[in-house]
Amino acid sequence: MKVKVISRSTDEFTRERSQDLQRVFRNFDPNLRTQEKAVEYVRALNAAKLEKIFARPFVGAMDGHIDAVSCMAKNPNHLKGIFSGSMDGDVRLWDLASRQTVCQFPGHQGAVRGLTASTDGRILVSCGTDCTVRLWNVPLATVTDSDDSSDNSVKPLAVYVWKNAFWAVDHQWNGDLFATAGAQVDIWDHNRSQPVNSFEWGKDTVISVRFNPGEPNVLATSASDRSITIYDLRMSSPARKLIMRTKTNSIAWNPMEPMNFTAANEDCSCYSYDARKLDEARCVHKDHVSAVMDIDYSPTGREFVTGSYDRTVRIFQFNAGHSREVYHTKRMQRVFCVKFSCDGSYVISGSDDTNLRIWKAKASEQLGVLLPRERRNQEYLEAVKNRYKHLPEVKRIVRHRHLPKPIYKASALRRIMTEAERKKEERRRAHSAPGSMPRVPLRKKRIIKEIE
Amino acid sequence: MGVRKEDDTSAKIMAPKEQEISDEIEIKVKKYLRGEGANLEVLHDKKLKGQLAVREELYGKSAKAAAKAEKWLMPSEGGYLEAEGIEKTWRIKQEAIAREVDILSRKNQYDIVLPELGPYTMDFTSSGRYMAVAGRKGHLAIIDMKSMGLIKEFQVRETVRDVVFLHNEQFFAAAQKKYPYIYNRDGTELHCLKEHGAIMKLQFLTNHFLLASVNKFGQLHYQDVTTGQMVGNYRTGHGRSDVMQVNPFNGVVALGHSNGSLSMWKPTSSAPLIKMLCHHGPVSALAFHSNGHLMATAGMDRKIKLWDLRKFKVLQTITGHAKTLDFSQKGLLAASTGSFVQILGDFSGSQNYSRYMNQSIVKGYQVQKVLFRPYEDVLGIGHSMGWSSILIPGSGEPNFDSWVANPFETSKQRREKEVKSLLDKLPPETVMLDPRKIGTMRPMRKKEKPSKQEREAEMDAAVADAKNSITRKKKTKGRNKPSKRSKKVQEAVERAKRPFLEEESSQKKKQKISEQSELPKSLQRFVRKAA
Repeated sequence: MKVKVISRSTDEFTRERSQDLQRVFRNFDPNLRTQEKAVEYVRALNAAKLEKIFARPFVGAMDGHIDAVSCMAKNPNHLKGIFSGSMDGDVRLWDLASRQTVCQFPGHQGAVRGLTASTDGRILVSCGTDCTVRLWNVPLATVTDSDDSSDNSVKPLAVYVWKNAFWAVDHQWNGDLFATAGAQVDIWDHNRSQPVNSFEWGKDTVISVRFNPGEPNVLATSASDRSITIYDLRMSSPARKLIMRTKTNSIAWNPMEPMNFTAANEDCSCYSYDARKLDEARCVHKDHVSAVMDIDYSPTGREFVTGSYDRTVRIFQFNAGHSREVYHTKRMQRVFCVKFSCDGSYVISGSDDTNLRIWKAKASEQLGVLLPRERRNQEYLEAVKNRYKHLPEVKRIVRHRHLPKPIYKASALRRIMTEAERKKEERRRAHSAPGSMPRVPLRKKRIIKEIE
Repeated sequence: MGVRKEDDTSAKIMAPKEQEISDEIEIKVKKYLRGEGANLEVLHDKKLKGQLAVREELYGKSAKAAAKAEKWLMPSEGGYLEAEGIEKTWRIKQEAIAREVDILSRKNQYDIVLPELGPYTMDFTSSGRYMAVAGRKGHLAIIDMKSMGLIKEFQVRETVRDVVFLHNEQFFAAAQKKYPYIYNRDGTELHCLKEHGAIMKLQFLTNHFLLASVNKFGQLHYQDVTTGQMVGNYRTGHGRSDVMQVNPFNGVVALGHSNGSLSMWKPTSSAPLIKMLCHHGPVSALAFHSNGHLMATAGMDRKIKLWDLRKFKVLQTITGHAKTLDFSQKGLLAASTGSFVQILGDFSGSQNYSRYMNQSIVKGYQVQKVLFRPYEDVLGIGHSMGWSSILIPGSGEPNFDSWVANPFETSKQRREKEVKSLLDKLPPETVMLDPRKIGTMRPMRKKEKPSKQEREAEMDAAVADAKNSITRKKKTKGRNKPSKRSKKVQEAVERAKRPFLEEESSQKKKQKISEQSELPKSLQRFVRKAA
């Protein structure tokens, strides 16, 4: 007869010295674990509650400006700094870690309307309502610089005066040219004091301009005649124009999918388009209750942040119709510009109350270096919460956000209004000949036409 | 299924050994997949379909990775007993086995004789390291099985009918003459649970931290041992029953009654989940397999029946008495009566249990309880003169998971595990017959309530029918007035409409009643009824 019995020798299963690690043996057999789903559900519920307990998104505010912050710019080579320009002509470079001004760039007489950094990050371009474009040398912000208590002022590298006030500026992601928006779209070179090229389609002011991250010669602009125009520098004429029902305040290209861009519109929603097919929006992002003023994509290309006239900052996922997160404070008034930080973990908003505020992109994230054990635990909690987030108890906790009363009421009102419109349309459809009123999706409804 | 064969187009002809290996892995993968994949064809929402398809693929990949990792993660193989030639496994005696195995395993065969203190019952912790024994005449002891050392023993000087460990070896509960008591590892009496009364059997639901007991009058009590709250106490309605087992798969408590029926209970309802008639006489013993759908019951009608719990049908009937039954981790069934213990095993894989091993203890000793020791090939037998332990090769699970049950646990690991299991404590509502239903969608109602349009259409159709079907006798002599004719038609239409309108008004009434009943009683008279 052949016999074998389980016999475990202690030294195989325990450690020799107290300095050794404990030995861990795993057996993933589902039969050893009873009621897995119930345990997972309880963990998901606890994870949702813990997430809400640790959700403290506000990191800090940077004050120093004496007028509303009108525009911000990121430096792609230096993650720690951000430029901001205000309505009284004050341009500053901030250090995000210490939340202090590193240096100031005085010179603009009127409001600074646009800021952008060059490809290598050495030159800052600013434009304003005083019809000037100024180029500045960006000092290498080292620790010793920020120790100086007196603000450093930098003299401009060059000042170019032109014919009309400027509304926006943007630099090529990979090149030497930058574009300004004003009465028309002008393309400038760093060393020329006059624009190299000029585009115009229609007689209205162009209010924002953005270069494509993937294709250095393509740029998108939005004008006050409710249009979005796409230009190609190589063609020396505009490529396509899309007219919507309301004006677009700002455009942002998706850095990971450079053919897609999202437009922040006056009618409280953002529209994502594929630049190759402009007759229909890819996605409509609805959640704001007032005009969306600015939009910026995260470097991962998976989320974007919007700042709106209704005093809130919202973070959306790139393909979701509703926002994932909303940030508001009593002290933050109309938000005019937002930026996602270059490492994707912070969101910076510049608002009417002269402050720039830093928020965490993930409200309950633990900042700093995490041990691998901690990180794995956080990832597990996130995954188990996502698995059960459609169940009513968990959903109620995950979805819950406090909104200021005016915004809550305004969104309820908007819902009632859209519902009433929809009902009326349904009734009209029910009382007319079948097929005479085709359904037009919202993605198409807000577009008037597309012009070649 | 979530798993798709990766090498469909390439390398169709595999070497036979590779084919074998891939077949083996397929079987293992099935175990880790935990059921069928979802049917995504019925979804119309493309976004959701895409997201779920990605998830299903991920499940398939993780099941495959777990199946492949088994080779390296599981260091030990199980025990076995194979008879050679004309030998039969059930004729092999324990002495013969003892000669063949190593000295460590031989230590697991022993007899402890304590003649004065009554029949012994026992319980193991979930890791199999500690054992609690209770003699009927009041002897309580905890023993560390690794070192065979006695941790604590004491006399409570009254009858003890049952003993059970709580979540770890630090606490155990003893069913004494009048009430159950909870003791510490050092023998300190921590709690006296007066609400339960004089109980016959105790069981502990590990995931829910609930102590279940059935008392002399047939009342079932559930108490949460972390907060001390009594979660439920129910009258079973069948009188005294001393057969109680908890199904580890779903946390349901099963009671066997003296009229041959079996009832299954959950902590949140006063009526049993299931009542089934098992035997022609009283139920004498009950055991659950760890996979959750196999149950063995024994009755005084000299039958041991194996049930499939999904369909509630008998799979197999074996003749024989059994005072106590127990399933091992690997599916072996131990049944014992008098001084005879038999172990049955399912070797063909088709749920057909046959004789595996036998053991006759000393004649005159009456077996009180058999219990397999987790993660070891050992069967503990508690009898009227003490307790013994015998070797049953192939009964225990050879590979334990340190984070589920660790026989080599240090005190630090034990404390961590206690905290983690308290955080994962399940609420009593999660006990249900099929625990996999959590997180699933409620099935659609077969008959949808008709929408308003449909109801109106039905009403119109009924009215039209009524108008057409009215046939009036042609009356003469001034009785066929047009006003009377139109009145008749109107009455017929109203009769046709009445059931629809009654339904609507009853719905409205229901709404109103529910609204009214939301108010406290003192305010209900002030609610103005709308005209």
